[in-house]
Amino acid sequence: MKVKYFAWVRERVGKAEETIEPPATVRTVEELIAWLSGQSEAYAYAFEKPKVIRTAIDHAHVKSDAAIAGAREIAFFPPMTGG
Amino acid sequence: MSSPAASCPVTIRIQEDDFDIAREIAVLTKSRTDIGAVVSFSGICRADDDSAKVAALTLEHYPGMAEEEIMRHADEATSRWPLNGVTVIHRVGRFMPGQNIVLVLTASQHRQAAFHAAEFLMDYLKTSAPFWKKEESATGTGWVEAHARDDEAAARWTKS
Repeated sequence: MKVKYFAWVRERVGKAEETIEPPATVRTVEELIAWLSGQSEAYAYAFEKPKVIRTAIDHAHVKSDAAIAGAREIAFFPPMTGG
Repeated sequence: MSSPAASCPVTIRIQEDDFDIAREIAVLTKSRTDIGAVVSFSGICRADDDSAKVAALTLEHYPGMAEEEIMRHADEATSRWPLNGVTVIHRVGRFMPGQNIVLVLTASQHRQAAFHAAEFLMDYLKTSAPFWKKEESATGTGWVEAHARDDEAAARWTKS
């Protein structure tokens, strides 16, 4: 699946997007964040406060317990500050 | 992104270029005799923030989702209030104090619907449309933090 990062999450991860293949045991957004955090220091830093991170699956906001099965694109970003 | 409905056209644009409020109102009301009210909200880059003086703002967005998220709320606004037109323009890029950032236009037969819908759209633009502001000031550069007051402003629309 494709993963995108925005704002300070992007800066901390060090890339805007990538394709990842998490193991089948990773089923929810929360589990994906935990799995990514274990991949490197950069991810651990980006996701150090997982409750702050907002997630979208295929362009729609989702909660941390949302299932990631079938997702084409998952995005992680801080709370929004537009307008 | 535009909706096909002729009675309440919805126009959503995300662009680097500035917008002309008078021109956008003229486009929204052209050849219409059923519109009795247009409410216009513009958000402008402000120099004075809570802490340091802001020298510039950079707006980043999530292309694709930003347009879709605004459209979802524009659709909700048109189902909640009797609207005759909606225009939302959000700029991205780097802005100096005094420059336009966002425009919301709502048109209706009577003013109440247009006022309510404009406020509703702005409250959701701030809390749910994927845009992020980075501030530059004399003390450095940093991402703007979300305000609880914006979440509270959006939450009141979900109460009965």
